[in-house]
Amino acid sequence: MDALDGNAIGGLLIDVFGAEMTAARSTCATCGDSRPVAELVVYRQAPGTVVRCRTCGSVLMVFVRAHGAIDTDLTGLASLSQPDRPLSGEQWLACRTSTQARIGQVGPTR
Amino acid sequence: MERRAVRGRLTWQVATVTSVTQETGSVVTIALDPADWPGHRAGQHLDVRLTADDGYTAERSYSIASAPGEPVAITVERLEDGEVSPYLTEELRAGDKLELRGPIGGYFVWEPADGGPLMLLAGGSGVVPLRSILRHRRRTGSDVPARLLYSARTLPDVIYRGELDQDHDGAQVIYTLTRSQPPGWTGHTGRLDQALLAEAAWAGEANPLAFICGPTSFVETAAAGLVGLGYPPERVKTERFGATGGR
Repeated sequence: MDALDGNAIGGLLIDVFGAEMTAARSTCATCGDSRPVAELVVYRQAPGTVVRCRTCGSVLMVFVRAHGAIDTDLTGLASLSQPDRPLSGEQWLACRTSTQARIGQVGPTR
Repeated sequence: MERRAVRGRLTWQVATVTSVTQETGSVVTIALDPADWPGHRAGQHLDVRLTADDGYTAERSYSIASAPGEPVAITVERLEDGEVSPYLTEELRAGDKLELRGPIGGYFVWEPADGGPLMLLAGGSGVVPLRSILRHRRRTGSDVPARLLYSARTLPDVIYRGELDQDHDGAQVIYTLTRSQPPGWTGHTGRLDQALLAEAAWAGEANPLAFICGPTSFVETAAAGLVGLGYPPERVKTERFGATGGR
């Protein structure tokens, strides 16, 4: 399967976060590499999407569409920041109520 | 189940196809008339969803080919064994309906205020979002210097050739033909490499702003090459597509 990049999941990320996220900066919890989400390595195979670090290959994000919800695993990320336009409380609320976010211990703990 | 629109959400909508234009033997431009379109930025894309009779759905992303302010259009290349592109390129007709959502993307976008000089690098149908940028530059009367380096297999495979060969208010268009060249071809040949980049791209000292779109291997070569020429990495924007379709 061919890899895409984070541009390709702009729509999916709006579904999950309620905001444009391809320009947001991601930091890998494994190697610390920091770059825009648009530059991450993306594998799409319905119903799942896997996002990997471009430097070390670690899994950063996993999204699975099932039963009308998007199961979200962000444990591979140390941070996901959008300094210019932080998510509003309303957007977070919309995100949390419409997806089954399964966010574990976020941080470079491994 | 009750559905309601959530602010900041993308909603699927049905758009009418207003025209289908053949660009090359395997590429068409599809003009669309979505009922609810907030306007797009140069370089953005939209998602298309096809639903089969049995409920199976397939989604693909396609770059928007038109400039902000122009009617929405996408350009689609037919991929052998594709799930979506054969329908879009061969079956779709003006008057048909197409399910889409957009516009999408905030990274691979250009506004005149972002400046330049603009270095645009296209591999195959990667030229589509860059054509939107070039048109946006022209429509806004931007005086940012711009150069497009476009790698195509053959001259007949060049998308928008008639438009690109016209003078774009000073924008330069440079082709390299990788598979075969017409008799008397004096332009570049072969795949993009460091030597071609060094010859055809703006010098790094000019602090250019680069947009690269194409297959992954093309994008990696181009991005590494430009950084090697002294381009600031944060001013080299990339968009990759795979053989599974889309952009």
